[in-house]
Amino acid sequence: MKPFKNFKGIVAPLDRMDIDTDQIIPKQFLKRIERTGFGQFLFFDWRYLDDGKPNPDFVLNKDRYKDSQILLAKDNFGSGSSREHAPWSLEDYGFKVIIAPSFADIFYNNCFKNTMLPIVLSSDKTDYLFEKAFNEQIYMLDINLDEQTIKDDLGWSANFEIDQYKKKSLLEGLDDILITLQLKDKIDQFEKHYQL
Amino acid sequence: MSKHTLFDKIWEKHVVFEEPGRPTLLYVDLHLVHEVTSPQAFEGLRLNKRKIRRPELTFATMDHNVPTTDRSLPIEDPISAKQIDTLRNNCKDFGVKLFDLNSPNQGIVHVIGPELGITKPGMIIVCGDSHTSTHGAFGSLAFGIGTSEVEHVLATQCLWQDRPAVFEVRVDGSRASGVTAKDIILSIIGRIGTAGATGTVVEYRGEAIKSLTMEERMTVCNMSIEAGARAGMISPDEKTFEYLKGRPYMPKGQELNIKLDSWKTLATEQDAQFDRSISLDASKMAPQVSWGTNPGMVVGIDGRVPSPSDYSDSNLKKATENALEYMALKPGTKIEDIKLDRIFIGSCTNSRINDLIAAAKIVKGKKVSSSLKAMVVPGSQLVKLQAEKIGLDKIFKESGFEWREAGCSMCLGMNPDILQPGERCASTSNRNFEGRQGKGGRTHLVSPIMAAAAALEGHFVDIRQWDIEREL
Repeated sequence: MKPFKNFKGIVAPLDRMDIDTDQIIPKQFLKRIERTGFGQFLFFDWRYLDDGKPNPDFVLNKDRYKDSQILLAKDNFGSGSSREHAPWSLEDYGFKVIIAPSFADIFYNNCFKNTMLPIVLSSDKTDYLFEKAFNEQIYMLDINLDEQTIKDDLGWSANFEIDQYKKKSLLEGLDDILITLQLKDKIDQFEKHYQL
Repeated sequence: MSKHTLFDKIWEKHVVFEEPGRPTLLYVDLHLVHEVTSPQAFEGLRLNKRKIRRPELTFATMDHNVPTTDRSLPIEDPISAKQIDTLRNNCKDFGVKLFDLNSPNQGIVHVIGPELGITKPGMIIVCGDSHTSTHGAFGSLAFGIGTSEVEHVLATQCLWQDRPAVFEVRVDGSRASGVTAKDIILSIIGRIGTAGATGTVVEYRGEAIKSLTMEERMTVCNMSIEAGARAGMISPDEKTFEYLKGRPYMPKGQELNIKLDSWKTLATEQDAQFDRSISLDASKMAPQVSWGTNPGMVVGIDGRVPSPSDYSDSNLKKATENALEYMALKPGTKIEDIKLDRIFIGSCTNSRINDLIAAAKIVKGKKVSSSLKAMVVPGSQLVKLQAEKIGLDKIFKESGFEWREAGCSMCLGMNPDILQPGERCASTSNRNFEGRQGKGGRTHLVSPIMAAAAALEGHFVDIRQWDIEREL
């Protein structure tokens, strides 16, 4: 996995709670056997009209959010299906960070396997970010995972919490499978004595 | 020493490696694989020249994407066909047991695991599917994982996990006639919300849970993820063991006795401590109908569609507005007045033999309303065969239902079984998300008997007023 790099990016506000993985990537796109190329299908039913044209009302279709790399959402983002196609599509579209007051468990874990950082931030802080992302012409945030900070250009900043192992894993781009295979002796040992 | 829960006992037994400051490496007893979330995992193994560590602990079937019509015909959608072929080839190349499309054991992965006795108490079971929690009904710790984790389990037979909190959900009291396991779990989700159990493993307890059949317990555990839980589980008891005995992948004779002795020690101990607890009264539950676009948006059949103004929180108000707009429902509408276009009886939540028997008892000798289309999709080929042996196929067909081959079907509409835009469906599945059953389709989650009664009447009806125990 490629390592996570600190960056500064545009924030796109998606003002909805309980956004489930069926919305992030509808099922008709799960038939592909590839791991890449899912960005074009991200939020498909919201992003496109029935005739296939972009829906001008959808946030990601507005010019000012076109190159956004930070997605701002509300509670329980990523609920529902375990499909890793959800983080694949967000990552392939260009998002590196998702900020929300809470995430669903499986989605949250899947992000870390794909060099994407989900940041949990309290509602009062995300409310501030929503207000700025809606009202500033271009609203950008500096994301620093080493220091666990978010800063804007207006002097606002916040710290965020993250499990230290997950942080290390993102910053170093650790390969979980490789790490586990290095523990092969432990697994062999376990299997020798284990009985269900 | 603290008294242990079922969860604690399973977790501790499966620890392969742990050290402070990182997740725990757990051993996986059973890995279930299906066509949609596995191709990229097998590809990852190939790219890195890795093998499956324990192919004999891995079982595969195709369910999500398969047609439920005539299986002797080729699959029309070439992308679907390719995904199914890919699983077939992967299983062959990596030595995984596959229940192929024409196998008598093919079916929804969460239906066939238990019915073949592959699922067992005390196991850690994973699958690239969030409804893996179903298997928790047998006293196993079973949860859904992403494709990267599927690859990890294939390569190592282990998984890194952070220890979740354990959440006791007690349901006591006796249910009214017509109130099913589906209504219990929908009531629970309605009470705690779709994120109410996030970060936890739920253990369902109490008299109303203990009195459920194994199939009903599966329905309850199946929807744990809809409350945000990692897994749902129920302590195993005699009912669990009786259900499993004699199934094809169960041990026999002395080996079985040894296993049973061990499984009998799994149940949560008296006075065990939970991180959180809530309690519900089954005697106060009505048959549930979802009105919105997530499974927490439910109300009793005798209720009405809520109004955004019922909520003070601005996010909930907005979520309600969005849901009502999508569902084309007006606040205050009586649930019984909601008219339907489609009926779907199926899915890993409600497609087992007793679900079909219960629905058949409702529709026998009666006709599906001329205003709608109805279908039954058995959860597995074995369920289908069993149903046909007792004539359920004829009862459904004579009533006007379509009788299909086994698969996930219209629960998620990956195959041709989808709702058309604007169509309204009473569905025994588990998710009423926007577009879940087809773009623009409107899903109302209900129990099989509620779906069957609605099929006859063309709108929702209160099944408590019906005779639900008619002769077949």
